[in-house]
Amino acid sequence: MIKITKPGLLTSVQDLGRYGSQKYGVITSGVMDTTAHRIANSLVGNDENEATLELTLLGPDMVFHEDTLIAICGGNLSPSIDGKPVKLWRSVLVSAGSKLKFGGCKTGCRAYLAVAGGFDVPVVMNSKSTYLRAGIGGHNGKAIQNDDELSIGKPSELSEKITKVLDAQRGEKKFVEMQWTISSDFIASSASKPQVRVMKGRQYDWFTTESQMKLFTEHFEVTSQSDRMGYRLKGPQLELQEKQEMLSEAVSFGTIQVPSEGNPIVLLADRQTTGGYPKIGQIATVDLSIMAQLKPGDKVQFVEVSHEVAQQLYLDREKKLHQLKQGIALKIRQESK
Amino acid sequence: MKYTIEPLGDNSLIIELGQDMSPEIQQKVKKISSFFEEHAFDWVIETVPGFTTVAVFYDPLKIETTSLPYDEVCKFLEPLLDELEVDDNAEPRVVEIPVCYGGEFGPDLEEVANHNGLTVDEVIDIHSNGEYTVYMIGFAPGFPYIGGMSERIAAPRRSNPRLKIPAGSVGIAGKQTGVYPIETPGGWQLIGKTPEKLFTPEGETPSLLQAGDQIKFVPISEEEFQKYEEDAK
Repeated sequence: MIKITKPGLLTSVQDLGRYGSQKYGVITSGVMDTTAHRIANSLVGNDENEATLELTLLGPDMVFHEDTLIAICGGNLSPSIDGKPVKLWRSVLVSAGSKLKFGGCKTGCRAYLAVAGGFDVPVVMNSKSTYLRAGIGGHNGKAIQNDDELSIGKPSELSEKITKVLDAQRGEKKFVEMQWTISSDFIASSASKPQVRVMKGRQYDWFTTESQMKLFTEHFEVTSQSDRMGYRLKGPQLELQEKQEMLSEAVSFGTIQVPSEGNPIVLLADRQTTGGYPKIGQIATVDLSIMAQLKPGDKVQFVEVSHEVAQQLYLDREKKLHQLKQGIALKIRQESK
Repeated sequence: MKYTIEPLGDNSLIIELGQDMSPEIQQKVKKISSFFEEHAFDWVIETVPGFTTVAVFYDPLKIETTSLPYDEVCKFLEPLLDELEVDDNAEPRVVEIPVCYGGEFGPDLEEVANHNGLTVDEVIDIHSNGEYTVYMIGFAPGFPYIGGMSERIAAPRRSNPRLKIPAGSVGIAGKQTGVYPIETPGGWQLIGKTPEKLFTPEGETPSLLQAGDQIKFVPISEEEFQKYEEDAK
């Protein structure tokens, strides 16, 4: 069990999302940075879809009531255990009674805390994700509050092996980190103006040639009106050739839509199921993690990518993530001997 | 049937059946949605109907191909969609929604009547005798986009939106009517309330309504409303 002693800015239980009910108007929710979430789960021996805690900018404080295998991935929100910094992107065994705290946000915007066995919350419509507005899923349908007690599920066989490897090195320490980590290929860039690849959207041709060009040549800034639902961007105004009304249709994670005032909105994890604004672009799935780690004030540059290349990038990335999972299992098998 | 397919993203596509909303296009949207439900292809994650479209979200890793997943999906879907025809004799599902009009449940009923130069009873009569089609569910869980309301009871949105509209409220905004499944802020003119639950996350299908349903609003008294709520307990 984990007890929360400070909730942080916005901490919620999320998995890879609630799929299958969008036709009923039920949004997918789920983690913003799927790559960091999946790797955190892999490092503690969980299934990739297992629920993690998504932490935003200012992380929570918590106490572990039992020995717990954890991993923290994503943005660097300065985690420390009993005053000692903890490394990201690693398996970490935490001793019972230890306190995990987060300090300032050094890189990125969101971190993912995975625990071996996952968070034991009810599955609602096939998902453990918190749907904040409807008050369903997650821990009591809400963001994590002070004094919340989070139960942990049953660890997998692999989780137990990882724990054993770390336990052998622990001694009297409050926590022990794995010696090795994952390839830096998977860690979202912390460049100051990252590039994000974007395909042309379904209504790209409705926009003026000038706006089409500006989308791929100028910078856009993430404004303070940005949250899990979407990022409102500030930059050059994007204009339609002529005013056109469109009928609402499905949108996706990473859809870039443009309301009539001309400032684009990037739709993210808590997006509505359908939208009625023209879609100028669609972020390639492989670059969604970069977008999800931007915070208000950060700048981004969109780079055009074809639909074909975006698909190939996706297949390549999935292959690498699969190899990463196999690599972790193999390494643990060797070290357990 | 006639359609076009276009990518939405690198793991989703949109099948478009036309440009304007109409009951005929809605039938086609419904037919395609049902087609995917009946077949449950393992590579399909889910489908999402719009007014004139059906989006298909798929898992590219479950598609075996030497080319790219999108090409393979199109190659697979095109012959199937070509063959698909709307069944003219198919009867839509009719869902009755009991509504207690006016009073504290419908604080804007008089305003809607005044705006249209009608009496309150005439508004109730027109609203409850309309033939309505659910075009799609969106905006909020279980929220139906409904077509078919008489323009005689149309009314502009409130200039000052309410911060809290209780679940079950029945409202009018412009030429549309709708029912709020969950408590949300909103600017619709409220004319009544239904004791029926439109969104039940614990249920097998979380939404009472589905795209393609026909709706009948049935006026009920305040006593009947109370009885409905007690029976539901």
